[in-house]
Amino acid sequence: MSSNAITIPGIRVEGKPWVDTLHEWVTTVDHKRLGILYIVYGLLFLVVGGVEALIIRIQLMHSHNNFVSPQVFNRMFTMHGTTMIFFMVMPILFGFANYLVPLMIGARDMAFPRLNAFSFWLTAFGGLLLYFSFVGGSGLYGAGNAPDVGWWAYAPLGARAFSPGHSSDYWTLSLLVSGFGSIGTGINIIATILCMRCPGMKLGRMPLLVWLYLVMGGMILIVITPLSAAQIMLLIDRYLGGHFFDTQAGGSAVLWMHFFWIFGHPEVYVLVIPAFGFLSEIIPVFSRKPIFGYPAMVAASVAIGLVSTSVWAHHMFTVGMNSYANSFFAITTMAVGIPTGIKIFNWIGTMWGGRIQFKVPMLFCIAFLFQFLIAGLTGIIQASVPVDWQLSLSYFVVAHFHYVIVGAIVFAVFGAFYYWYPKLTGRMLSERLGKWHFWLFLIGFHLTFDVMHIPGLLGMPRRIYTYEPGRGWDTLNLIVSIGAVIQAVAILVFVWNLIVSYFKGAKAGNDPWDAWTLEWSTSSPPAAYNFATVPVVASRRPLWDLKHPEDPDSQYE
Amino acid sequence: MQRVKNTIRTALHSLGFLFCCMTTAAAAGPSSTNIFAPQSPQAKSIFNFSIFVLTIVGIIFAVVSTLLVYSILKFRARTTSANGEPAQVYGSTQIELAWTIIPILIVVVLFMATARMLHAIQDAPMPASAVEVTVIGHQFWWEYRYPQLGVVAANELHIPVSDPAHPTPTFLQLLSADTDHSFWIPELAGKTDLVPNHPNRMWMDPERTGIFLGQCAQYCGTQHAKMLLRVSVDTPEDFAQWIREQQRPAVAEERVAAGKRVFETTACINCHAIKGTVANGRFGPDLTHLMSRTTIAAGAAVNTPENLRLWIQNPDAIKRGSLMPAMQLSDSDLDALMGYLETLR
Repeated sequence: MSSNAITIPGIRVEGKPWVDTLHEWVTTVDHKRLGILYIVYGLLFLVVGGVEALIIRIQLMHSHNNFVSPQVFNRMFTMHGTTMIFFMVMPILFGFANYLVPLMIGARDMAFPRLNAFSFWLTAFGGLLLYFSFVGGSGLYGAGNAPDVGWWAYAPLGARAFSPGHSSDYWTLSLLVSGFGSIGTGINIIATILCMRCPGMKLGRMPLLVWLYLVMGGMILIVITPLSAAQIMLLIDRYLGGHFFDTQAGGSAVLWMHFFWIFGHPEVYVLVIPAFGFLSEIIPVFSRKPIFGYPAMVAASVAIGLVSTSVWAHHMFTVGMNSYANSFFAITTMAVGIPTGIKIFNWIGTMWGGRIQFKVPMLFCIAFLFQFLIAGLTGIIQASVPVDWQLSLSYFVVAHFHYVIVGAIVFAVFGAFYYWYPKLTGRMLSERLGKWHFWLFLIGFHLTFDVMHIPGLLGMPRRIYTYEPGRGWDTLNLIVSIGAVIQAVAILVFVWNLIVSYFKGAKAGNDPWDAWTLEWSTSSPPAAYNFATVPVVASRRPLWDLKHPEDPDSQYE
Repeated sequence: MQRVKNTIRTALHSLGFLFCCMTTAAAAGPSSTNIFAPQSPQAKSIFNFSIFVLTIVGIIFAVVSTLLVYSILKFRARTTSANGEPAQVYGSTQIELAWTIIPILIVVVLFMATARMLHAIQDAPMPASAVEVTVIGHQFWWEYRYPQLGVVAANELHIPVSDPAHPTPTFLQLLSADTDHSFWIPELAGKTDLVPNHPNRMWMDPERTGIFLGQCAQYCGTQHAKMLLRVSVDTPEDFAQWIREQQRPAVAEERVAAGKRVFETTACINCHAIKGTVANGRFGPDLTHLMSRTTIAAGAAVNTPENLRLWIQNPDAIKRGSLMPAMQLSDSDLDALMGYLETLR
């Protein structure tokens, strides 16, 4: 619990010098302020990574386009991928974890507030290191040399022979540094959830979002470590004469792939599991029903966490593993579909028989359900190994994982923004701008990523800076690029909404959605100490019990 | 049920056919790169398997999305019933069991089919009649070696058509000289990566003659995009003829001796080989039969005298970032060299 922060986040005291305000934010150990810092940081990188995506899409608008050089294009897709995964989605999810977990379990801060601040600043400087490569990548030889190895940096592309200069070192160091930040946050989330719950908040009464963040925390500890180990090995290769991945000296390129994907695939679940959590909070409130099958949802979440650590080599069906290994990773990959399916059915079960209110957070969640369904099914298609021999490394795969990361995770994150913004700021986001944001983004998303599957089926590989005319890819790519521009406009509407509503939004009050979890029982934004008196809960929906004393959940659980 | 399945199958087949039409209409060139236009038994079996998988996921999509749409429409809040909460339902063990067991059954079926198909393709034995080719991926071009036949070629692969009665499949041994690459001719077979220090194997048995296109599918560096593949599937006679021509050393005509001297006394020979001369470099494509190829720079440009000249003087104009250096030759040397290269048939 922090002892020095008494000011209320989000409210500036009149007449205080801005240096003091800045100093407070930089030195804060308050979980809510750190949460907001994470979120704002992630939003900045959303814009940066989005600009990179637009450069990629302009270049691919038609065949033999010369908008950027191949070198610049390769840097753009490397930076876009690295930025969006490590410095956009992860910080935003960590931000929501920081802000919401203590509030939802009736705690006054995270378990380790100083570790919390340390983790944030590691992540923040990790991102700056990555972008410093634009300036310092070639050292004294000049600027403009970001890494161009792809976000997997497959060996031996990361070796000194193929990546001279320091651009890929900045990439390595940035992932290493922010990786330590992620591990710190993972430990903090687990410790907070296990040790800081208020009286009555048994594990089986925690909100599902908290459960899912617990699973995410555990996964972070499992999956970030191999990535960090691999980055250190790469540094040893590059500077101490090691040969782990140096294929010219007998090293193994396949070893790097295993290291990377045993991180890389579970990472997708690290990102999507909090998104599941957002849905599991938002859908019940706007359906006016409790979550359907809470124990099944918890079990499915834990199962996804466990099984997803054994699926990584489905990224490697084309690298020449033997048929037994290929079969193993096919069945584990398909098996993840089972608990995932259970979750989708339970969300439908939650809406079934409810009174669904189509507020903006709910709209994003409903879109999530359709898009995640499709993303999961195209995933099953690719788990069928022989089909993947055709689809792997093509634009079909690019469309598939953007369906997961944008269609599911980013949609859920937008839903979370509209749902919890009132708690974070005390003001509602504009519903009108929110609908513009939703519909524009939905249309742009489907134009881009539905159509993007087709060039993959027509043989277009990923990561090419240009393509030959006459293969039927031109028109499709033009449509994809137009969709990207529409999405960019939607993001501008969103950012505008965030800014305008901060100053002019309707006052939210404590509980604008008539919701049931503890964060809505305190003021918006909450005081530094969160709760004047530590709450005591008797069921999964403490506020339902308060609002319906004649029919409390605690009777049934 | 069988009927419904057949109808869906037909519908999906026609969808695939639609894709074929889309590309064949768009592609005026030799062939398309459409995975739904298979031209070999292997690609066809993958295609049929895709249709099977698509059918299953299509049915799942139809069922789940119908449930979703139904629940959204049916249970939307109506203004008249705005007051009061709906019945609070917490779950149902029977329903949970149902929607756990059914997906498990689907996964079992899909996995069995997958394992069978992948074993059949991946572990297929090599018949004695197979043609063996060693494919070596380079930044950013392809080297082909026919160890049984003593032929070295680059970028354009020639293989014989495979008659189902007497199959002559081509088995490729896949190696890499530098970074990872991936060999992908969508109409003939799935892709397999070329990984340094990790030899791989794949095979193709094309059913019809013609030119088949593809390109490197694994990001390999700056010019990954222009590392194109061109496979010529020949009749057995044409293939034998092509092999005979490729086995011959380069013809040395007296009238182009000056050009040959330019080639042999500049940096060309550091990277390129021409059989029967002192040039034996291995970093770049073998040029012994340069003029037998339709394209240069791994498919980046058509093999015309103008393009070849530009390629030698300023490779960046055709393929920026390729490892071919600008040769800085004087006009007279370049004329002589072009004269020599044009005799390399």
